[in-house]
Amino acid sequence: MITIITNKDLGTGTEASQRADGRAFDELRPLKIEAGVLKRADGSAYLELGGNKVLVAVYGPRELHIRRLMQPNRAVLRCRYNMAPFSVDDRKRPGPDRRSVEISKITSEALTPAVFLEKFPRSTIDVFIEILEAEGGTRCAGITAASVALADAGVPMRDLVVSCAAGKADGQVVLDLSEVEDKDGEADVPVAIMPRTGEVTLLQSDGNLTAEEFEKALNLAIEGCKKISKEQKNAIIKRYGD
Amino acid sequence: MIFIEDKEMVIPGDVLADDEYHSGRGTFKEDGKICSSLVGLVAVRDKKISVIPLQSKYIPKRGDVVIGEITDIRFSMWNLDINSPYSGILPASDVFGKEKRDLNRTFDVGDVLFLRVVDVDEVKKVKLGLKGRGLGKFRDGILIYITPTKVPRLIGKKGSMINMIKDETKCEVVVGQNGVVWVKGEPTMERVAEKVINMIEEQAHTSGLTDRVRNMLFELLGKEKPSEEPKEDEEQEEDVENGEELIQ
Repeated sequence: MITIITNKDLGTGTEASQRADGRAFDELRPLKIEAGVLKRADGSAYLELGGNKVLVAVYGPRELHIRRLMQPNRAVLRCRYNMAPFSVDDRKRPGPDRRSVEISKITSEALTPAVFLEKFPRSTIDVFIEILEAEGGTRCAGITAASVALADAGVPMRDLVVSCAAGKADGQVVLDLSEVEDKDGEADVPVAIMPRTGEVTLLQSDGNLTAEEFEKALNLAIEGCKKISKEQKNAIIKRYGD
Repeated sequence: MIFIEDKEMVIPGDVLADDEYHSGRGTFKEDGKICSSLVGLVAVRDKKISVIPLQSKYIPKRGDVVIGEITDIRFSMWNLDINSPYSGILPASDVFGKEKRDLNRTFDVGDVLFLRVVDVDEVKKVKLGLKGRGLGKFRDGILIYITPTKVPRLIGKKGSMINMIKDETKCEVVVGQNGVVWVKGEPTMERVAEKVINMIEEQAHTSGLTDRVRNMLFELLGKEKPSEEPKEDEEQEEDVENGEELIQ
């Protein structure tokens, strides 16, 4: 089920591309999505994007026992983004930190507009995003996989939210930043959209970009999202055969 | 204008048709277009488009018959898990009438009951009742959980599928509309029924299921395969509206 992609296979140094892994400026890393991988979860998805490996489980709609979180007119969407200690080169101290709390929050906010929460008052939908291996752009990978898992769980949604990052590395605006590009690059712009209407549900920007560069990055990211969206659809259809 | 065919598989956000059609279950209207909100199969009836989900949770409805497990005993009622985002309550007065009796003695935590949904209010408080034919406590047997939308498929046209399972395995089978199935019989037969029911759930969206179920039953029971006679076997998932399978 899991194919390991090593960075050595990518890039021979002879291409015209300036990027470390030899990709074109608007090229995504190899992508694979699989739906329904966990038996006991209501819905689940596994996603690989380059060196990223993400597992998402969705439970619910289910009963919410925490009274103060309960909404009388709609469900609450709770997300937990968690990186495995072995997901990065230097062992990550387990447990939530400032970064993962932020990503949990923005994931929930990116998915909420798509879900018909008002159909399930007083209940909760729980999304657990586990990063097994990280290689830059895990929040986007997490959101993309989470919406596949939500669809797999049978949660009614307006659209499948899809997410992709663009940014600036080595003075060039590029799509889908890898780990090195993210660390050494100038800027990172993660975007999540609902592809049918084009509504943006997540837009962050880290680093320095001029207005033109930002616009270019945003458009590039939206194009990337549309490509990923096709893979999401295939993954769900493949789950049920033909 | 319609963009899909009957029985085609769709996913959330797929545009199904223009304004001239009506939006049914599993769909929503946006900018004059009808879109799917679920992963499921399209059902077009006249001018109404609905999507039958492949996976769903049970939402209690008044009048449904469900199977529930007692999770808690309170001062004057029992709390039940009904395989749904909402738990059900069974008031003691419904069981005892005006009489005051000890709740623990009647039903204990873990007991499995067959109940009717008496009322669901606007905050989704689910009131259950035991009044009706066949309702009450189950003794022994096993529980199998399936997706509630696949209950009509398990029952089949006029109960054809479920009766076949009952006849072949000699088990008592009761299906609640919340997707809980209770099976009681010989332990080996219970296992056979469980396997068959799980197979039906997995393949509910395919056609010609009754034949495959029959073959599987015969294979598991070590009987000879029945002669292959062509049968008109195109059950409509939707046509079977009565999910009530009461104890004989």
